[in-house]
Amino acid sequence: MSTALIPLADEVGGIDFAATTFVIVCASLVLLMTTPGLALFYGGLTRSKSILNMMMMSFGAMGVVGIVYVLWGYSMSFGTEDIGGVIANPFQLFGLTNVADSVVNPFGYEGYGNIPELAFVGFQLTFAVITAALISGAVADRVKFSTWMVFVPLWVTLAYFPIAHMVWGGGLLSGAETSLSSLVYGSTDGAANVAPIDFAGGTVVHINAGMAALVLALVIGKRVGFGKVMMRPHNVPLVMIGAGLLWFGWFGFNAGSELAADETAALVWVNTTVATCAAMVGWLLVEKFRDGRATSVGAASGVVAGLVAITPACGSLSPVGSIALGAVAGALAALAVGLKYKLGYDDSLDVVGVHLVAGLWGTIGAGLLAVEGGLFYGGGVDQTVVQILIALAAVTVSGVVTLVIALALKATMGWRIPEDVEVTGIDQSEHAESAYDLTPRGSRMGGSSAGSGESRSSESLDLEGAK
Amino acid sequence: MKLVTAIIKPHQLDEVKEALEAFGLQGMTISEAQGYGRQRGHSEVYRGAEYTVDFVPKTRLEVLVDDMDASSVVDVIVKAAQTGRIGDGKVWVVPVEDLARVRTGERGVEAI
Repeated sequence: MSTALIPLADEVGGIDFAATTFVIVCASLVLLMTTPGLALFYGGLTRSKSILNMMMMSFGAMGVVGIVYVLWGYSMSFGTEDIGGVIANPFQLFGLTNVADSVVNPFGYEGYGNIPELAFVGFQLTFAVITAALISGAVADRVKFSTWMVFVPLWVTLAYFPIAHMVWGGGLLSGAETSLSSLVYGSTDGAANVAPIDFAGGTVVHINAGMAALVLALVIGKRVGFGKVMMRPHNVPLVMIGAGLLWFGWFGFNAGSELAADETAALVWVNTTVATCAAMVGWLLVEKFRDGRATSVGAASGVVAGLVAITPACGSLSPVGSIALGAVAGALAALAVGLKYKLGYDDSLDVVGVHLVAGLWGTIGAGLLAVEGGLFYGGGVDQTVVQILIALAAVTVSGVVTLVIALALKATMGWRIPEDVEVTGIDQSEHAESAYDLTPRGSRMGGSSAGSGESRSSESLDLEGAK
Repeated sequence: MKLVTAIIKPHQLDEVKEALEAFGLQGMTISEAQGYGRQRGHSEVYRGAEYTVDFVPKTRLEVLVDDMDASSVVDVIVKAAQTGRIGDGKVWVVPVEDLARVRTGERGVEAI
């Protein structure tokens, strides 16, 4: 998605079946990233008493964002009735009016790439879902599920859709004539001279989610016992399964963002793979030298850091450039995750250290390492300056909007569950469930009135019958 | 009658079990336990954050024996459970006042 225009296809009805298949499969892969990929990754990293709540925050995001996206999300992100370069009119395509028969060619390819607009809607829907779900890692163990379920639709409406519109929908952070980049470096024939690079969502997804995570962690506060009691991951194999599923699904995320099964999609696939390999090795090397051991959680985290960093850059780098970008991303994120203890905020599962840090690096690194126009390839500083500009813009918009929503919810619904309940475990209090039934003794069917005479007598009757 | 209780390393359990069977015991009860002695715990690192894990997994083994067998059974367990490294565990003996076999109602030494 390096360009921002979505022209109608020249020949309506002339659908490119290869591209359409590709986009639908890729959209399904991105859904796999959230549920169960991210849910497992985050779930394994929490303590055993809160894994269900952690996974439910991903499932919950899937539920509400899917609905909101179809109702007004797509219209706000990709509608053509632009409002100040910030959003598009939410009512233009409300409920996907007039989208059903429409065919688009997002990048205006010649001779191929016509896909049904609904395929594009579905693909973009999955991006909104995972971006919201990513934030949940910062607030593990302690947040009312009801408040989360209100936060998510508000946040995607006020932060995600606007930033998606700005970057991909022809708004302020795109390569359009009216964008910030055109303001700084001018435009030619309706397009910015230096088009910002964000192929698959470094700003829209990762900087956005990472910044929101930081703000939420600050507003909501630390878990009971943060920095004192043991909060180690309770199921590392789940973390590794989740990271593996994220990696697999990410091919839909990155390669799919080309929206056609062409040579760029192939390049993106290779770049995504090697950057992730390099990031995992980079993270493990930092651990080996700093802590003396290469860990499993480190490998899984390095994978995610690499995927995050290559996301904006994957269409512009060479495979070797991708290795460099990935290695730095893994090492940087490995160093960044320790910051929360020094700075004293409880970003429980390191959404800031992984997504914000690697997202910033990937977005800015794309300016340094882009084969065309990158600083290290003799392209001058222009591209890098533009990249820093869009990164800072995304940080600012996400930070301010999230702060307003978080404070408003704090004052009204409240974020935290009671302290004693948090200590007992959020799964029991918020969902009335336990993830693991390891000692199934001393329990029976029946309501909260523990052991009513009726159920007990019917039980003993059954036993009589069995004799 | 005596109750012999042993806390041993989990991976020594099979050797201890075989040695006790060879000695002639017909049963035993084991449970998973956690604890530490002079061995102390160990440390784990997750994303650079170091945690000290004080309690390490152990196996608790219990057998009921006749008074005259108690000392020999302790010897058998110690010999089989010994690796010579710190954390091998402990064995102790306490007197048992009464005993019943649930199936038959037999009491005392008959129930062992």
